[in-house]
Amino acid sequence: MRKVFLLIAALFLINNASAQGGKMALVKGGNYTPLYGIGEQADVEVRDFYLEINPVTYAEFQEFVRNYSKWQKSKVTKLFADERYLSNWENDLTAPVALLDKPITMISWFAAKAYCECQGKRLPTVDEWEYAAMASTTKRDAREDSLYNASILRSYEQPRTFLKTVGQSDANYWGVKDMHGMVWEWTQDFNSIILTGESRNNGNTDASLFCAGGAIGAKDMMNYAAFMRYAMRSSLKANFSLTTLGFRCAKDVNHPLTLN
Amino acid sequence: MKYFSLILLLILIFSCQEKEIIKDTINPEEVMDDLSIYQLPALWKTQDGQTIEFKDLKGKPLVVVMIYTACRTACPRLVADMRMIEEKVSGKKGKDIQYVLVSIDPKNDTPEKLKVFAKENGMEDQKWLFLQGTEDGVRDFANIMAVKYKQINPIDFSHSNIISVFDRRGVMKYQKEGLGLVGEEIVNKIVAVAKN
Repeated sequence: MRKVFLLIAALFLINNASAQGGKMALVKGGNYTPLYGIGEQADVEVRDFYLEINPVTYAEFQEFVRNYSKWQKSKVTKLFADERYLSNWENDLTAPVALLDKPITMISWFAAKAYCECQGKRLPTVDEWEYAAMASTTKRDAREDSLYNASILRSYEQPRTFLKTVGQSDANYWGVKDMHGMVWEWTQDFNSIILTGESRNNGNTDASLFCAGGAIGAKDMMNYAAFMRYAMRSSLKANFSLTTLGFRCAKDVNHPLTLN
Repeated sequence: MKYFSLILLLILIFSCQEKEIIKDTINPEEVMDDLSIYQLPALWKTQDGQTIEFKDLKGKPLVVVMIYTACRTACPRLVADMRMIEEKVSGKKGKDIQYVLVSIDPKNDTPEKLKVFAKENGMEDQKWLFLQGTEDGVRDFANIMAVKYKQINPIDFSHSNIISVFDRRGVMKYQKEGLGLVGEEIVNKIVAVAKN
């Protein structure tokens, strides 16, 4: 009995060591009001989950493509990644050396998803991402804090933040770093953001037929930083590979690998 | 019992590697267009309860839309659009085309429900194919088609209204976005695709 347990624990450790495992922080769940709620219901319940402390780096992604050749830039299925995918790499196996400790970008949603799945993880949902990202260094919900919001907006004005080294900023309330001020991040259900494009074309509601109609349905008209993130996500297609878009993985707390 | 969970654990740990190996050995030299949806690995259930993959549809032009059967607003119009397209295309002798309706609500849209829906809408001919996927498979497929959707309450989804046309190799050739806009353009596209 005890032996089996130890064996499992050992396997767990080996697996974590051999796979490219980013360290994770526990984010305690709760109810929160997303910028775009679902229908009439304002609150969304986010369950406890683990989120990687740092965005995935070039070094980590390099190890991934070495193990999973189908995600190398010359071999990737065109259906799953556009022509910019890893286009700044020297070859299939070698990322630019200067970027190894920087957040990986120029990867598609499919590639990010595969990376997480190969570690028994997944991409965070939009709700999970936004929930974790509303924490400042001291508060789990700092959205009312004007200084916090101003600092996020200021970070959006900085050029080339995707060239910053990961993990150097202060950890937020949950111990998670670089949610803001580094790169945009892929989320599992980024394609659930339905803003002006569709509502205009389909005439579902006349309310969206005027300028900035995308703000209709938003719960917090002052949260400009969140507006920018939602607009960004709504403009994406899953095969896009952008210079400023990276990702990090998440995991359910009730995952079978968790030993209590 | 403990050993069972150990085995389960091993499967979980190595499932990703295994997947890749299996794929490589089954399909080594088959030439497939790099943009073909036949590459999608997901399994689907048809309205007749059969299990299929997209590559089982190889060789047929596909006209695809995403709907859900409990939908009361946009989907009936989307379904009507599909029927109108089918009518116009068959009038122009566009043959052996497969019309595919993929459910964005795989939890509720069982093969039985899809079957009933097909009957209610007079879509019982073999050219109509209804698919129930896994939640993951549906999200992947929606992302290939750039269809957006979100569950807004236990019954309803909001979703984009896009009809997509794929050629005989499973490569997307044309998309039409919006409702009730069945013009000649999509019909001509389908007929052209069917001729190749």
